[in-house]
Formats: sequence, C-alpha cells, structure tokens
Amino acid sequence: MQNPHITQADIERLKHNFGLDQPLPIRYLHWLGMVVQGHLGYSTSNSEDVATAILERMPATLLLMGCSFFLSLVIGVSFGIIAAIKPYSAIDYAITTFAFFGQSMPVFWFALMLQLAFAVTGITAFGYHFALPSAGLASNDDFDLGDRIAHLILPTIVLSLLSIATWSRFTRSSMLEVVKTDYMRTAAAKGLDRATIILRHGLKNALIPVVTIIALSLPGLVAGAVVTETIFAWPGMGRLFFNALGQFDFPLLMGYLMMTSVLVVFFNILADVAYAWLDPRVKYD
Amino acid sequence: MATTLVPGAITAPVGDDDEFQIERHGIWKRFRKHKLAFVGAFVLIAIVLIAVLAKFLAPADPNFIDQAHWSGYPLAPGVAGHLLGTDENGRDLLSRLMFGAQISLTVAFLAVLMELVIGTVVGAIAGYYGGWIDYALMRLTDVFLSIPLLPLLLVLTAIVSATSSKAALGFGVIVVIIGGLSWMPVARLVRAAFLSLREKEFCEAARALGNRDSRIIFRHLLPNAVAPLIVQGTLEVANVIILESTLSFLGFGIQPPTASWGNMLANAESNMAIAPWVAIFPGLCILVTVLAINYLGDGLRDALDPNMK
Repeated sequence: MQNPHITQADIERLKHNFGLDQPLPIRYLHWLGMVVQGHLGYSTSNSEDVATAILERMPATLLLMGCSFFLSLVIGVSFGIIAAIKPYSAIDYAITTFAFFGQSMPVFWFALMLQLAFAVTGITAFGYHFALPSAGLASNDDFDLGDRIAHLILPTIVLSLLSIATWSRFTRSSMLEVVKTDYMRTAAAKGLDRATIILRHGLKNALIPVVTIIALSLPGLVAGAVVTETIFAWPGMGRLFFNALGQFDFPLLMGYLMMTSVLVVFFNILADVAYAWLDPRVKYD
Repeated sequence: MATTLVPGAITAPVGDDDEFQIERHGIWKRFRKHKLAFVGAFVLIAIVLIAVLAKFLAPADPNFIDQAHWSGYPLAPGVAGHLLGTDENGRDLLSRLMFGAQISLTVAFLAVLMELVIGTVVGAIAGYYGGWIDYALMRLTDVFLSIPLLPLLLVLTAIVSATSSKAALGFGVIVVIIGGLSWMPVARLVRAAFLSLREKEFCEAARALGNRDSRIIFRHLLPNAVAPLIVQGTLEVANVIILESTLSFLGFGIQPPTASWGNMLANAESNMAIAPWVAIFPGLCILVTVLAINYLGDGLRDALDPNMK
C-alpha cells in the first residue's frame, strides 16, 4: 500500500512537520492556541488558508441565508397573524396544517421534489412552461440579474420552509396570548380600526417572544444551508464544508464549526439585546 | 427493625386513587378530542407493525437483485411484480422501504432513549442542587447548543470513518452520536421543572424523612416532571428520524447495502428524470412518519399539560 518513493524516514519527518506525532490533546491545545491568535490553520486538501477559504464562500451563503431569512420573516409572521386573527377558522386550519407539514418535511427530500417538479420536468400551466435552474449561482460569468434571481428561487424556498413553519406557529400562539390582553380591548374601545389594533398594538407585543425563537433557529438555518447548498451546488460555506467532509480535511471542518458557532453566539447576544430593547421590563443581572 | 419507619416508604404524591382516576380520564378525553393526534397514533402503530413484521410482509429480500428483469435501470412500479418498482440496482423498493423502516425507527427510538437518560440526569442534577453545579452544567449545555447540530454530527461521523473506515459507521455509532449530542433541550426542560418542584412541600417532607438525594430526585421529583418529558421525547423521535435520514442521504449515516430511508434517496437524484418513483417513495415514508409523530406529540401536549403552549 505504501508509496515506494517515500521512505519511512520521510514519513516520520512529515508527521513531525505537521505535528502529527504529538498526542491528540497537545494537538488540540496547539490548534486552540492558534485560533486564539486569529489563525485557523491550512486546509489539508489544497493547503489553502482556512479562514480565507471560508470567508471567500461566505457572501454566497449570506446571500442565500439573507433571502431565506426575509422570506421566512415576511411569510411566517403574516401567516401567524392571519391564523391568530381568526382562530379555528378554515384559514387557521390551512396555515396550521401547512406549518405541520413544513416542520415534518425532510429538507433534502423537499429539495429533490422541487428539482423534480421545476428543473427536471418543469411545470406547464396556463399555457406557459415553468422551469427553473437547479444548480449553481448563475448560468455564466456575465452578471444577469434575472438569471441570478432564477437561480436563487429554489434554494431559498427550500431553506425557508422550516423557519416559515416554526415562526408562523410561534407568531400565532404569541398573538393569541396578546389578543386576550386588556390593552387590546382598550385600543378597540378607543375606536381604533382593526388594522391599527392588530399591527400597532398587537404585533409589536406579540413579536417580542418571536425574536428569541428567530435567534434560536439560526443554528438550524446554518445546518439547513449545508444540505441546501450541497443539493443545489450553491458555492457557499455549506458546500465547502461538505466537500471538506469527503476529503477528511479536518482543519477546514474545525474552522467551519468554529466560525458558525461564533456566528450563533453572536446572534444569541444580539437577540438578548433586542429582547431587552423591545421589552423594557426585561432586566438582566 | 421491621417496625421502624423506612425512609422513603412514602412515595411521590400522585394524589389518592380516585383523584388519579379522574385525572387520567381527563387526559384521555383531551387526547381523544385531538382527532389528528388520534390518526397520527394509528398511522404510527401501523408503520411500527410493518417495520417489526418486515421479514414476513416484505415481498422480497431487500438486497436481492432481480437480475431476470433488471437491465441497469430502475424498474417502474408494477413491472415484474415489483409493486413500487425497483431502485437503480434492481432491488425491490417496497421491501427496502419496509426494512428501512426498521432501521430508521430503531435508530430514532434508541437515540431518543439515550437523549432522555442523559438530559434527565444533567437537568435533574442542575435543577435539584442549583448553585454553581447548576451554573456549570447549564453553561456546558449552552456550549453544546451553540454548535450547529448537523455539521457537528457530520464531522464526528467523518472522524469515525477517517480513523477506521466508512463501514465502521454502523448503527450503534449513529445512535450514540445523535443521542449524545441532542440531550440539551431535555436537560433544560428537566432543570426548569426541578427548579420549581424542589421548593414544593412534598420535596421538603421527603428530605425531612431522611431520604437520599438520588431517591428524592428519581422517586419523588421525576414522576412529577414526566409529562413534558413524554411530549419532548415524542417530538424528538420525529427530529431524530429526520436527522438520521439526512446523515444517511449525505452518505455519512447508515451505510449501504443496509437500507435506510435516507440512504435510499442518496442515489435517487441522478436517476430522477427517468425514475422519479425511486426519489418519491422513501421521502414520502419519512414525511408521513414524522408528520404522524408530530401530530401525536401535539395531541399528547394538549392532553398531558393543557397549560403548556
């Protein structure tokens, strides 16, 4: 199995150069020491600087996650409000059922089904044939906004499904709590119109707990991005991570986990701050 | 000796028998009102039965290649007696789905069991003792929660396959990795319950009687925290089924030729244009099972704890 051109002494020398002759805890401390100094090491598959490799792919991921975030926020919150305004009505049942399906759907299978419907066969309706690209960021290097948007549609929908489902359920139950409160009755008694009551008085209060849920679902969004980017060949951090996985490129994998964890912690802090700002009654010790 | 009062002989206060009966009826009545939970329970029982009896129900061996009819492409549903067709290797899809159910459900069940045990122990110790123990355990929980779960699981499975081989990614490894890394919500739940339960009079009484801490925790406090645990455990089964199938789909879960719903989809993408059924059926199985469990969990939540949202 061994390459005859490499002597045992060479192997030992390489192991020593890469620090692989050290015991695992020492290697970990060495890695940690580097990370603290802001250095994530080099990829073992192509010697690229890990931090550079990840940061290079970050814009594509942030674009996808950003689009998905706004789509989920708009649709999820409006679904929640609509369902809560008329609880136990037909539309409430429709939205709740949709949310259950969304939460139970395996993301990768949803992606495959969308590819099957929109990319492999395409859908013919109203005399038009709809087909969407199912791989990559763009068709070619020339910037074409329409083409870029077409490439974004399927991955965004796939990545958004779970958060739309979760956020709409939370908005609904939070809104149902708020609707019962005294200040909502007061607002109605003052003669405000229904839209103002719901949006100005209701939504503002109902969204406070939702902020926490949104921050807490960020790790899920990161995980979803790995699956989505892999299936749609989206050139982001998630796909980089998945490719590194197949090559056992551990410095890159560690770097990815480190950076996404820092991102998660950062958003949790942001959520805590936002929570205190939205609800002045909240005090942190 | 026989006449002395044995500490701990008094069990947890679940009320006298009559009260307990009424309470139980209330649970059943509320559960029955949730029709979809009822349907979910039936669907789940049916799926579990099919999985358990797969050996007798399956029309073919899950790894048998129908060389008489197969010509390199998946056979369509109905062709040559294959009710749902075959996969790209000419293996009967229905049989693979049935045996895949066995794997997916067993992994989910065992992993959740592990989660519940670890989460309960960590949460109980943190909630019961409080103070710096609570602080340390909860910060540990936070650390685990801050790393996105799926990438972490993937890295661990990659470590296992790098140190030995991909074939080493057996069933047990997947269970331990998933169960060992998703106990955090359970720990938080149990801790929250214990923080309020330990201040109750019956807990003080149990302590005054000279019970050991372990006995107070497991015999007196834990039975009172079991309702949210059942709900969380049920919903976690659904989560783990999705996690396992995602890992297997990406090639870092259950390894072929063993069928799991996830790895059956792994090669489906390349044949999707000519054989969409290979991609449709396994995913449909996951969706239906997970949906059934989620509805069941929702019904259990309404029934067991009407105040919980």
